[in-house]
Amino acid sequence: MAVIKAENLRFVYGTGTSFEKTALSDVSFEIEKGEFIGIIGHTGSGKSTLVQLLNGLLKPTEGKIYLNDKDIWEEPKKIRNVRFKVGMVFQYPEYQLFDETVYKDISYGPKNMGLSEEEIDEKVRKAAEFAGLKEELLEKSPFDLSGGEKRRAAIAGVIAMDPEVLILDEPTAGLDPLGRDALLSQIQDYHDTRKNTVILVSHSMEDIARVADRILVMSHGEKYMFDTPENVFSQGRELEELGLQVPQVTKIMLLLKESGILISQNILTVEQAFNEIVNHLGNEGV
Amino acid sequence: MVRDITLGQFMPGRSLIHRLDARSKIMFLIAYIVFIFVAKNYMALLLVTLASMLVVLMTKIRFSMYLKSMKVILFVVILTGILNIFYGTGNVLWEWGIIKITDGGIHNAIFVTIRIATLVLISSVLTFTTSPSDLTDAMERLMKPLTFFHVKVHEIAMMMTIALRFIPVLLEETDKIMNAQKARGADMESGGIIKRIKALIPVLIPLFVSSFRRANDLAMAMECRCYNGGKGRTRMKQLHFSVIDLLGLIFSLIVFAGVILCNIYFSSVIR
Repeated sequence: MAVIKAENLRFVYGTGTSFEKTALSDVSFEIEKGEFIGIIGHTGSGKSTLVQLLNGLLKPTEGKIYLNDKDIWEEPKKIRNVRFKVGMVFQYPEYQLFDETVYKDISYGPKNMGLSEEEIDEKVRKAAEFAGLKEELLEKSPFDLSGGEKRRAAIAGVIAMDPEVLILDEPTAGLDPLGRDALLSQIQDYHDTRKNTVILVSHSMEDIARVADRILVMSHGEKYMFDTPENVFSQGRELEELGLQVPQVTKIMLLLKESGILISQNILTVEQAFNEIVNHLGNEGV
Repeated sequence: MVRDITLGQFMPGRSLIHRLDARSKIMFLIAYIVFIFVAKNYMALLLVTLASMLVVLMTKIRFSMYLKSMKVILFVVILTGILNIFYGTGNVLWEWGIIKITDGGIHNAIFVTIRIATLVLISSVLTFTTSPSDLTDAMERLMKPLTFFHVKVHEIAMMMTIALRFIPVLLEETDKIMNAQKARGADMESGGIIKRIKALIPVLIPLFVSSFRRANDLAMAMECRCYNGGKGRTRMKQLHFSVIDLLGLIFSLIVFAGVILCNIYFSSVIR
């Protein structure tokens, strides 16, 4: 069953003013329960607008969004419930931390949901664990944490609401390579353990190729492609025309393929490439 | 949203008004405000209003932009207008209990409304046609004599420049943080006043924190470029008076003379 279904979404900023700008036009897709979706697109392609539409922060100018087969704008007064079910981690989420302790900050979401103290406590501790926050950090002030820890605390604040769908907008932006890898693995673990739907918006093709089941490619406010990573990244030329790139390793393998060396399939990670090359060399008898 | 406010927004252009020296523009604005309040009868007021309209037309900025900046203060204008109706003296036209409307009151109301509207219009001309940096630059120059009284003119001007520069940044930041907290279920649209103020805490604290961070970064960047106050600082853009400023001065003097003459030859309708 589709968790999220978008139908002919259109969104216009500043309707009726001289600054009118169409950010999205005629976008339709379905996301199945438990899928890991990657969204890529150049700057200004409508990615951020799209994800904000999905959790009801923006209202589509035209079109409908269904969450579990229910139109999310059917009862505008209850839009908060949609936001609890579709958790959204913004870019640089560490700038939203505000409370005295990390624990209190993470519990802000669950508290807004109106849960009991025990439930909140359980959710906060679980979320902190999922986000890779050490227990002793919970009693510290969020402003005393390091950059990476702050980011984790902010992500935990959204996970603590236990959303059915978790949206992350550029979660690894500005982290060092080690921090990126660790955070990405954590998100993947979260997805694998909870079997929840995760939507990851990213500029990093490497990240997306590593984790996504399907990739939604956005271009100039329209859906350009929505397919598996193998199919998406096999279109290296087209992606480059959109100002996007395929993962570096895929690019190298595509070049090898074009220069006549037979590589059987699309390669998305370094490990796959390694195995492929070893196989190939083995076949050649080197 | 907050962003739709046009009051005090610079719109680049090459019109005569744009090319006036920023210092003269400030002086002319002050002069016009004085004219508006010196005018004591309809002829004088009409003259000032027409002169302002002429200046507005000369900026070549669409009139709808001016209307937008008027919209913000529309409520204030209407409210003061209505209040003035009841506070006049003179011949009573209508009475009901302690409420009475006099012809003086009506004249007052019309005057106040036109005065405020013209005031906003002519002030918008200054902010629409002068870039913020020119504006603060000009203010610094005009306030220069105050250094004699140990007023830190340069510092005040620098603070104004920085404050103006960061208004759009902070608005955008507020928008972002509000969205982030709304995504965590913050409810800012319902509840009583106490509840609403409390709901703003999660927005205000991150906003303060990031403002201090920005201030720190900016101070550091300025020091790295050896900023140490106004002393001995030269300017890339020098302000120059030109023929246009002289024309502006002549025009203003004519308007001023006209207002004075109208005040003398026609009887005053407001006290």
